[in-house]
Amino acid sequence: MMLEAFFGNSALMIVMTGALVGIAGSLVGTFLVLRRNAMLSDAISHSIVLGIVVVWLLTHAQSGPIQIIGAALTGLLTVFLTELIASTRRVKTDAAIGLVFPALFAAGVLLLNLYARDVHIDEHTVLLGEIGFIWLDTIAIGGYEVPQAIVWMSVVALANAAFVIVFFKELKLSTFDPQLAAALGFAPTVLFYALLALTSTTAVAAFDAVGAVLFVAFVIVPPTAAYLLTDRLAPMLLLACAIAILSSISGYQVALWLDVSIGGMMALMTGAFLGLALLFGPRHGWIAQEWRRLGERHMEAARTLVVHLYQHENTGRAEVENAVPALERHLGWNAARAQAILARSRKNGFVLQEGRMLYLTHKGRETARSLIEPWAPAR
Amino acid sequence: MPMLALLSDYTVQNVAIGAVLLGVVSGMLGSFAVLRQQSLLGDTLAHAALPGVCIGFLIAGTRDLGWIMAGALVTSVLAALFVLALTRRTRIKTDAALGTALGLTFAAGVVLLTWIQGQSNASQGGLDTFLFGQAAATLRSDLWIMGGVTLIAVALVLCCWKQFKLVTFDPEFAGASGLPVALLEGVLTAMIALAVVVGLQMVGVVLMTSMVIAPAVAARQWAKRLEGMVVLAMGVGIVAGLSGALISASARNLATGPLIVLAATAIVLLSILFAPGRGVLWEQIRRWHDRGTIGQRQMLSTLYKLAAHHRDPEYPAEAGMLDGLYGVRTQGILRRLEQRGLVEAVEHMPGEGHHWTLTPAGREEAERVLASVSPETP
Repeated sequence: MMLEAFFGNSALMIVMTGALVGIAGSLVGTFLVLRRNAMLSDAISHSIVLGIVVVWLLTHAQSGPIQIIGAALTGLLTVFLTELIASTRRVKTDAAIGLVFPALFAAGVLLLNLYARDVHIDEHTVLLGEIGFIWLDTIAIGGYEVPQAIVWMSVVALANAAFVIVFFKELKLSTFDPQLAAALGFAPTVLFYALLALTSTTAVAAFDAVGAVLFVAFVIVPPTAAYLLTDRLAPMLLLACAIAILSSISGYQVALWLDVSIGGMMALMTGAFLGLALLFGPRHGWIAQEWRRLGERHMEAARTLVVHLYQHENTGRAEVENAVPALERHLGWNAARAQAILARSRKNGFVLQEGRMLYLTHKGRETARSLIEPWAPAR
Repeated sequence: MPMLALLSDYTVQNVAIGAVLLGVVSGMLGSFAVLRQQSLLGDTLAHAALPGVCIGFLIAGTRDLGWIMAGALVTSVLAALFVLALTRRTRIKTDAALGTALGLTFAAGVVLLTWIQGQSNASQGGLDTFLFGQAAATLRSDLWIMGGVTLIAVALVLCCWKQFKLVTFDPEFAGASGLPVALLEGVLTAMIALAVVVGLQMVGVVLMTSMVIAPAVAARQWAKRLEGMVVLAMGVGIVAGLSGALISASARNLATGPLIVLAATAIVLLSILFAPGRGVLWEQIRRWHDRGTIGQRQMLSTLYKLAAHHRDPEYPAEAGMLDGLYGVRTQGILRRLEQRGLVEAVEHMPGEGHHWTLTPAGREEAERVLASVSPETP
């Protein structure tokens, strides 16, 4: 049976969980990164620990909707308290974030310490997650035993996707031009809080798999990498999701190979893709930037050459100045550099060489003229 | 246990000394970090210590705090450089750079941690305590190392006090007066990492961010000068460190880090509410008080102007008319003025409702109010 093989394949299930965490995280993370609120995901993912412990102690709900909603409220509480403290104007916003979430997190960890025997998680799980153990907690769906983590991650990922698709236009506008969005009546603040609520629910659903801190990597790193690859919103979302999926697959393989934490390796692999984007990004990558800088340097040299030739064209000194040796003596280029620049300028059709003499082409002369007399019309 | 016996206990002594060192270094360096709006960098640098802890352990082969602190210092500083490189050399913004560095370094730490555990090394058990800190595990030899780092940090700050101060408050002016601003800022940032490594044993990597921020924020509420702020922040750090560490050392299974953080947060809340002058509570009280007096002052000048307009110093103003003028019930304000002896209720004509008129004292007060509002009116 196909489905049985699918749900029975534990490797596939683990990779899928990681990919779902990454997809759900990237969908909200993209907007947090673009709005420059990326560190709120860090604050939220830490403080939901308190919510998870409190909900567990009150209701003994280990997973499921009560757990997700209850704990997600702590995420929103973090943002609310941060804004409350910042609104007293005694503390800057960044310091306020750094005050609130460690306090809530600390309270959560202490409750864990105090009620260690009653709670299903320990402080180790809080930080590291146990993606390899998702099988310990399964639910029967249509006769198949499916890990709870997968079910809830799927629900959350679908909810995030639906939110992004339905409110795509509104999100885009309020991300890039909040004033206009407000003027048009799109309520950017409400949208923002909805986004944070979804970030919180995602953090809670992902908690068992990757813990509180690794989640930050899944939310921030794929969108950041995608940000280096494209300037458009929809491709950025898709690229971030793709990076999340690839990180999950490759992270699982490497983790098995090295026998290390699967969740940690998946998170670390997002960094490998960020590295690739930093190097090979089409416009913002390091190689593209260096290439552009090199091209500009070449162009600069070619401009110097044509202006030099233009200045001395049809003058008495043309015999001396507009000749190959003058490039070394008067422009201060060494022989190899002069040869390279000359070759490139000939190839680009700026300059003609006859023996040791250099002549401007029409194109070369127009380039020089436009540099010296930018106001004059082209001839 | 009586206090004296508690203090002579070997573990308790170690814990107390550790807490003092932690308070000194985190309060001092945190003050600069908070004032330079680098609070969240502390968060990233703290998490970035985890892979360094693992690397230090791998080099030393045992749970040797010296190597572990050295490793943590190196990875923390590298994380700071990574954040700097991302923000300076790419289009990535600060918040995303901080989050990226935090997530990736911590992931690297988790991977290394599980790798060390996979090597089935008998002595690996101790590394977990660096996540949330374990004050009770502090050894005398650890204190020497922590003390050394603290000493270096204090010496650096004392040496470059003027320069650090200038770079913190006015980097442009510092640059114009020929100071190496980039270098000084780099040193101040790297010193956050020093605070992080001193806190490893007591607070752990996850919550160290709070020890960088909270004492400085609390001290800021009480102090108006950098000198005072730094000293107070050290004090707050010491108090928070001591109370958290002593509770943790006396009770079993309570991680030290969270206790210290909650103590520090409590001090912050008290400071924001009650600090003299800056406290939110005092401001609220002042606002209530002002709201009352402003209403009274307005009412006095209204009555005075009405009287002047009608050329009758004892002009009786009708209560309903005053309500209409102010758009709210004015009876409360008038009753308070009556208590102060500045107005009195008069019966103008039977059945025409309440009327109010200024007393002689009220007229003097109204003239004072009007003179203070616009000195040029006679």
